[in-house]
Amino acid sequence: MRPFFAGARDTFPMLVGAAPFGVIFGTLAIGAGLPVWLTLGLSAFVFAGSSQFVAVSLISGGAAAPVIWLTTLVVNLRHALYSATLLPYARPLPERWRWALAFWLTDETFAVVENQLRHHNHGRDGAHYWMGSSLAMYGNWQLWTVVGVWVGQSVPGLATLGLDFAMVATFAAIVALQLRERPVLCAALAAGTVALLARDLPYKLGLMLATMTGVSTGWVAEAWHNRGKASSEGQGSA
Amino acid sequence: MWLILAGMVGVTYGIRLSFLVFGHGITFPHWLERALRYVPASVLTALVVPIALAPQGGIDLSWHNPYLPGTVTAMVVAWWSRQTLAAILCGFAVYGLWRWLVP
Repeated sequence: MRPFFAGARDTFPMLVGAAPFGVIFGTLAIGAGLPVWLTLGLSAFVFAGSSQFVAVSLISGGAAAPVIWLTTLVVNLRHALYSATLLPYARPLPERWRWALAFWLTDETFAVVENQLRHHNHGRDGAHYWMGSSLAMYGNWQLWTVVGVWVGQSVPGLATLGLDFAMVATFAAIVALQLRERPVLCAALAAGTVALLARDLPYKLGLMLATMTGVSTGWVAEAWHNRGKASSEGQGSA
Repeated sequence: MWLILAGMVGVTYGIRLSFLVFGHGITFPHWLERALRYVPASVLTALVVPIALAPQGGIDLSWHNPYLPGTVTAMVVAWWSRQTLAAILCGFAVYGLWRWLVP
């Protein structure tokens, strides 16, 4: 099979996983009062699911533009890690390929492509595989966003149906999956507490404050957890 | 609105370009790499908690607040089943029923 199609095929489970979020995003954005062009523009040009959801919540809550940009930076900073990890495979490619592949870099494409290239790095074929995965994710996300916008427009009074809860349920479910790890639990507890106490700060600044507190708490908890493990192992061997 | 979108595109594309296009010789500090793992849980919890516990602005832990049972249901189902979509649907069902049945 041609590498381009192999990349798209291997991304298929990710397409299925992303589809409901695309629909929920489109529906929520319209329900929250965002214009259609902005909803489609976020999917077409930002193309980063979690930051798009956060943006809907911030824009409809009247947050200031710098707060939205700063939150986008924090939420999407993990892509820098993917960008760094994939650099060795991208180095031989022409510059315009690297600009294009960077635009389409997502969690899903990173996971699929990194796994493939680590095991079979075939230069040019690898680039086509990467492009196949990228374009499959991109087309899929645009399609399901449009479906969501259509749903949002054809159900009148969506906001009064409690659709704002759909976003809360989505986020809560995603977080719950990660809480098995002790440092993540500490991060979430700290972030939630600060967010609740700082909810009346202007421009949604409480979100930034809560995120920073959560991240540093998780970081410290991890260091503490590791130190505890190291010292108990040390006692065991003594 | 245009400005918000343009800024978000600039920030996101800049991050993605960082290493792939400009990244010769830059290294990612290890402490930052570790810290980034806590970003999703922190941001999402920070968005959820104020809405679930204080939907009208003031903290409301009474049974008149349908966000609370809905959110708890979504989290418990996600924890046990590890199925995100099932968790969202169950949470939404509890939230809807609660709003309908509880005045």
